[in-house]
Amino acid sequence: MSGFRTHFDNTGGVGPDDPAGTRIDASTIAELEELAARYPEKRSALLPMLHLVQSVEGRVTPAAIEICARILDITPAEVNGVATFYTMYKRKPMGRHHVGVCTTSLCAILGGDEIAAALEQHLGVGNDETSEDGAITFERVECNAACDYAPVVMVNWEFFDTMTPKKAIELVDRLRSDEVVVSPRGATITSWREAERVLAGFPDGRADEGPAAGTQSLLGLKLAERNGWRAPDPADVPAPSQEEGK
Amino acid sequence: MSETTKEAQALATPAADPQAGALAAGGANTNTPDAALALNRNPLSRQIAEADPATLVSVTIDGIEVKVPKGTMIIRAAEMIGKPVPRFCDHPLLDPVGACRQCLVEITDDGRGRPMPKPQASCTTAVMPGQVIRTQATSPVAAKAQNGINEFLLINHPLDCPICDKGGECPLQNQAMAVGNGDTRYSDVKRTYPKPIPLSAEILLDRERCVLCSRCTRFADEIAGDPLIELAERGAVEQVAIHDGEPFNSYFSGNVIQICPVGALTSTAYRFRARPFDLVSTTTTCEHCAAGCELRVDHRHNDVMRRYAGDDPDVNEEWNCDKGRFAFVSGRGTDRLTHPLVREDGVLRPASWPEAVNVAVDGLRAAGGAVGLLPGGRLTWEDSYAWSKFARVVLGTNNVDFRSRPHTLEEAGFLAHAVAGTTVADSVTYKDLEKASGVLLVDLEPEDESPIVFLRLRKAWRKKHLRVWTVAPFLSNGSRKLGATLVPTAPGGEARRIEGIDDDLDLGSNGIILVGERAGASLGTLTAVLRLAERKQARVAWIPRRAGDRAAVEAGLLPNLLPGGRLVEDPSARIDVQAAWDVEHLPTEPGLDADAILGAAADGTLKALVVGGIEPTDFRDPADARRGLEEAGFVISIEQRLSEVTERADVVFPVSLFEERNGTFLDWEGRERPVHQVVRPHTLVDDLRVLVALADALGVDLGVRDAAAAKAEIDQLGRWEGPRADAPTESYETVEQVGERDVVLATWRTLLDAGRGQDGEPLLALTAPTPVARISPATAAWAGLDGDAVVLRTDRGQLAFPLVVDDTMVDGVVWTPRNAPGPSVAEHLGLVAGDVVGLAPAQATATDDSTGGVA
Amino acid sequence: MTDTLTPVLSANWGDERAWKLSNYERRGGYQALRTALGKAPADIIGQVKNANLRGRGGAGFPAGVKWSFLPKDNPNPVYLVVNCDESEPGTCKDIPLVMASPHTLLEGVIISSYAVGCHHAFIYIRGEVLHVIRRMQQAVREAYSAGYLGKGILGTDFDLEVTVHAGAGAYICGEETALLDSLEGRRGQPRLKPPFPAVAGLYASPTVINNVETIATVPSIISNGVDWFTSMGTENSRGMTLYSLSGHVANPGQFEAPMGITLRQLLDMAGGIRHGHQLKFWTPGGSSLGILTDEHLDVPLDYDGPAKVGTGLGTKALQCFDETTSAVRACLRYVEFYKHESCGKCTPCREGSWWLVQLLARLEAGKGEPGDIDKLLDLSDNIAGRSFCALADGTATIVKSMVNYFRPEFEAGLHTPAWELFPYEKTTAWYRAGAVAESGATA
Ligand SMILES: Cc1cc2nc3c(=O)[nH]c(=O)nc-3n(C[C@H](O)[C@H](O)[C@H](O)COP(=O)(O)O)c2cc1C
Ligand code: SF4
Ligand code: FES
Repeated sequence: MSGFRTHFDNTGGVGPDDPAGTRIDASTIAELEELAARYPEKRSALLPMLHLVQSVEGRVTPAAIEICARILDITPAEVNGVATFYTMYKRKPMGRHHVGVCTTSLCAILGGDEIAAALEQHLGVGNDETSEDGAITFERVECNAACDYAPVVMVNWEFFDTMTPKKAIELVDRLRSDEVVVSPRGATITSWREAERVLAGFPDGRADEGPAAGTQSLLGLKLAERNGWRAPDPADVPAPSQEEGK
Repeated sequence: MSETTKEAQALATPAADPQAGALAAGGANTNTPDAALALNRNPLSRQIAEADPATLVSVTIDGIEVKVPKGTMIIRAAEMIGKPVPRFCDHPLLDPVGACRQCLVEITDDGRGRPMPKPQASCTTAVMPGQVIRTQATSPVAAKAQNGINEFLLINHPLDCPICDKGGECPLQNQAMAVGNGDTRYSDVKRTYPKPIPLSAEILLDRERCVLCSRCTRFADEIAGDPLIELAERGAVEQVAIHDGEPFNSYFSGNVIQICPVGALTSTAYRFRARPFDLVSTTTTCEHCAAGCELRVDHRHNDVMRRYAGDDPDVNEEWNCDKGRFAFVSGRGTDRLTHPLVREDGVLRPASWPEAVNVAVDGLRAAGGAVGLLPGGRLTWEDSYAWSKFARVVLGTNNVDFRSRPHTLEEAGFLAHAVAGTTVADSVTYKDLEKASGVLLVDLEPEDESPIVFLRLRKAWRKKHLRVWTVAPFLSNGSRKLGATLVPTAPGGEARRIEGIDDDLDLGSNGIILVGERAGASLGTLTAVLRLAERKQARVAWIPRRAGDRAAVEAGLLPNLLPGGRLVEDPSARIDVQAAWDVEHLPTEPGLDADAILGAAADGTLKALVVGGIEPTDFRDPADARRGLEEAGFVISIEQRLSEVTERADVVFPVSLFEERNGTFLDWEGRERPVHQVVRPHTLVDDLRVLVALADALGVDLGVRDAAAAKAEIDQLGRWEGPRADAPTESYETVEQVGERDVVLATWRTLLDAGRGQDGEPLLALTAPTPVARISPATAAWAGLDGDAVVLRTDRGQLAFPLVVDDTMVDGVVWTPRNAPGPSVAEHLGLVAGDVVGLAPAQATATDDSTGGVA
Repeated sequence: MTDTLTPVLSANWGDERAWKLSNYERRGGYQALRTALGKAPADIIGQVKNANLRGRGGAGFPAGVKWSFLPKDNPNPVYLVVNCDESEPGTCKDIPLVMASPHTLLEGVIISSYAVGCHHAFIYIRGEVLHVIRRMQQAVREAYSAGYLGKGILGTDFDLEVTVHAGAGAYICGEETALLDSLEGRRGQPRLKPPFPAVAGLYASPTVINNVETIATVPSIISNGVDWFTSMGTENSRGMTLYSLSGHVANPGQFEAPMGITLRQLLDMAGGIRHGHQLKFWTPGGSSLGILTDEHLDVPLDYDGPAKVGTGLGTKALQCFDETTSAVRACLRYVEFYKHESCGKCTPCREGSWWLVQLLARLEAGKGEPGDIDKLLDLSDNIAGRSFCALADGTATIVKSMVNYFRPEFEAGLHTPAWELFPYEKTTAWYRAGAVAESGATA
């Protein structure tokens, strides 16, 4: 289950720049600066800026680190320290889509392990690797706050609930063949990069897609409705509380 | 070894940081006479001594009651009373972080009668009145907690102590011995990394040895202000990292090797060269600048292996700069002078000491009184004193000047008025900088020109919100790191700017003005500074660059000054000196200054020169300096290495290196800094002994025959108590009218450059800043510079530099480093600060191979 | 007295396009804000204090008390930061709340900001929930257009900016001081306390940090009154709250109930443990507070109940595991989480979780060594209470409680792989006794 790496070869920084150079151009720099201006202290924009960088570069590159450092008046080492701290920042070129399978205890036990194994086999990849066709980067992710929908798969950080290996394989195949895929509790899947742009703070107009909540989220509410249970009527509260404090 | 001795050895910590103690405990030897001094340097005990007793907080540690200032961390209080708690991340000069968790102690009473449920990190827990604390010495809970942490630190730590530089002086090793287990319970896989990786040319990182205490990254960020190393990754893979392509080139980088509590950070130069227990440590003072850093120099078999910062809370605290740490091999090259030389048929040849002395004496006799002396600014106080006395008593002249750099009469007057004859008791000190309400820097870039002053100002800014202003042509990176406000000023315009500064400057009730040596070359500046100080009720300190400068002033190595601040022209001061020196007469007129001496040598007015450690390129015009040396009828050179001066000398006397001498430096504060002999001299002597030999041969008794005697005589003569020189009253001129395409040059020496003291240390040189030329955007536009290089041009030649367009730069000014490797502005263009220079775009091709090169 | 379930925060989740401002307003949304703006800020703090609204982010600290710690004479601006980093294993309440009804949170943010004198609030949402972030961003834009945010809110002289900030994947950023460092664009590592955020938080200014649910509850207190709120719940645990039931449960999901409901009651409503199986162990408050077993079905899930049996209410994340689950496997997977999420700052967490994972992996594979179980416990002791922040306490707690309840399973790890004792295919959500395993999916 848990393989041990005793060597951490490529750690400490991000992979080298693309020989073709960075894709960050003047318009991206303007957007990065716009993000920096949204905060009382500009360094606060670093996380969103790195998300934006990913939407352009497809990962965090050394060039991007230097650009962010320059805009924020900090050192590239400081940006690198941040970029390598958070798991959503990627050092290697990403596939078109990111597929994350939750393998934290509960999801793992409810089938996340099997889903992950099935996808690894199906895609011919290991953890944090991209399928040969460049379509899918696969990752085992930690608890994604959807335990009542376990086992959970995330595509570009959109929920795919109560998955099975079969459904997961179908899902990635549809993604690979560019079929329209819609998250059951989210929007139509676009691409990992487009998702990163939203995370950076540039909306894509899809907030109104999808439902308000899934079945599990509504379970208690429906039960209450069925049983006529509700919170007390404020006009008819039984006992007055003791006035504390004042 | 008994358990208790082991523990005592491991944890015994005379200095604030057990690292310092760890070395002694590890068995290194010391040949420093006053090593015991360290014991009195616990900053906390001093703080207590100075505090109002009523404000102290009383706590009990291992049954011992102790009173310490409010806010003191438990770990400090405990170590002060001899109960050292093991630690890794804690460092008394870094902000508390509480990361390693090695220092856990038990608090059985939080001061309100309740025990604290968990062990507490003593490095981040402040004392509370009535607290009862138990360290590992008396608490099984604390001991178990510490043992557990130690075990965790060791599971992934390689057992390579036998080949690790730190082995023998390693806090982890010591603490494993003191609080760890004899054997390991860890049978799983250790974390390993490719190793070692360079953080810079000087510093290597072995990540698997790192305990992630973050001392190095915090040092870089907090102390140096250069966060070029930072933690990367997280969890078990967390590690120290640079960004690829931006190495840890901080002037202070070497300190991280010293504060690393394991062998994760090692010096490229020293790696695998010695074991700590084979080293002999000597406490001495750094010879590279006037900061006065205490050094611990470690040698083996008469060879210096490495230099560490000493721990002097009054001066350098526990830090030094990379020049002081790494630049110590310059005298070890093949150009080292090992025997006297005399010129015969135009060629220098080896000679015996008696022969060389005879030749020298003949030359001096032939010159009559027409001699000038240029001793340079790198001497100990004792050597300077010997030079001064030699000039006056033996040669009967005041033609002596240590200033091998652009200088003015105004500066000599300023030094006589404001510097000479003062002591540390009445001078501005490092401590004063820390307590100041505001500091104005004039022609001084502390980071380049006095790095420990920089660190202290930075500390004051970080901790006490000190406000700093700088009269400078642009806001340097160093100034940014002090949060300084720029008072934009072109070289030559300082005096005018300072006259009009009052409304923009709020130094507060405890203001200090620091002037650098460059102020002495900009007419009117020092006069203006003294007037400003009077208006603002601020104190003034002069911060020279070289280690010997302050003592040279004190010794009277100026044409207008005798030792102790006595004026040549003051008869009663002369009588004072005559009595002490037992002579009837001293020359009564001020002598020639250094430029004038060289000029007089060139035109034949002076017949002979006696020259110490100077370089022609140090002077206002290197060509003039060379001409003086060449035209002088007779030149005696007292030198450590072959140089441009020895090349032009008639007699050369070899002298010892600083690591071979005893004596005293005076730092910029006027504080005495002992210089101790580290290694046995190469059968060579110091300047003083050469001068004594010459005096003897001339039939005059110099009165002192070694450094100790010279120091005794200096002390006996004391400082002049009589009236001081008047303040200089130089009026400033306007900056010369500049022509079209001409701008004014601003320049100073960066800390790491082509200085001779740094020779032979290529790794250090690799960390030096790239020489660039800086101009303002407006100047760039006006000069038509839109490429990435610029050519500086005078009638002597031209030089290309990479161009930096700097928003803070004053218009009409270009800055370049004064003494960068390769052709320099001084040598190649004959320029000093304030001179006029032409600018032109560099051809595209010129930029590639001519970084600071000849265009 | 009160009904078994009391949907307040979740009441509109089933509405058509519940996330839209107009739909929220149609249900009376932003009325509480109007009421609040008519009161003195101190009165709102007083109400929240009197309601004894305790933090829903895990620690249960009374929100009103926290707010009143803000220094009165600090010249720096006050900031409100909403903690929506929800990453504690099992915890899945804040995310659906913001997804379905971001305005419930936003109204709380505006009222709370008004109460504490904040003019710039931040909502820090973990980055891995794209759609939730979209909805929150949109809600903020809608609120600006409607005059609920910006300058002169609803004609008063109260100004407020709200920034929605996406994290980037780090559980530790839920720890409030790590969150602040992260929000300042740094590595999300916890800060030394003191100073506490109330004194020197974001940008070293006075800062209030609260959980999403805590802040989202504030409007209901303002609208319905302190007595209404305190009429729900138990003595020290007032009001309603969201319980998240997950795992081997017939119908997992969210239940909004008065504080003090029991797992037995919740399981009853959820159709019990999945058909044909029995409860083996469960977490009352996410994994960090350890586990309980079927002995504890009747422990009231309020701030005191779980504490009495050696654990805590935490985030009310009730992860249930049935008898098919190997305790060793579950334990390993939790500890792998803590190892992965350790920020690396302190030794016991960083090194301890590294070691524990290796040890547990051996036990899972049936390759344990004599003494391993005692070592597990001793290492946990050397971690618990020794670390810089509470994350590592979670590591130690889950190990200790697992070994405490299921020691024989760990001992079996000296010779038998866990997957032999507890065939892993049986634990999957799709496993049906007797049915064929799906598409070769067994590990
Ligand atoms: C490791 C760790 C993770 C945490 N994660 C969260 C979280 O995701 N959300 C949250 O609201 N609080 C989390 N907390 C608790 C917060 O530190 C803090 O107590 C809480 O946000 C305060 O809000 P409340 O008083 O409204 O509960 C976490 C604490 C720790 C130690
Ligand atoms: S316990 Fe220590 S290493 Fe772990 S998350 Fe907290 S501070 Fe970081
Ligand atoms: S020395 Fe106290 S935690 Fe590191």
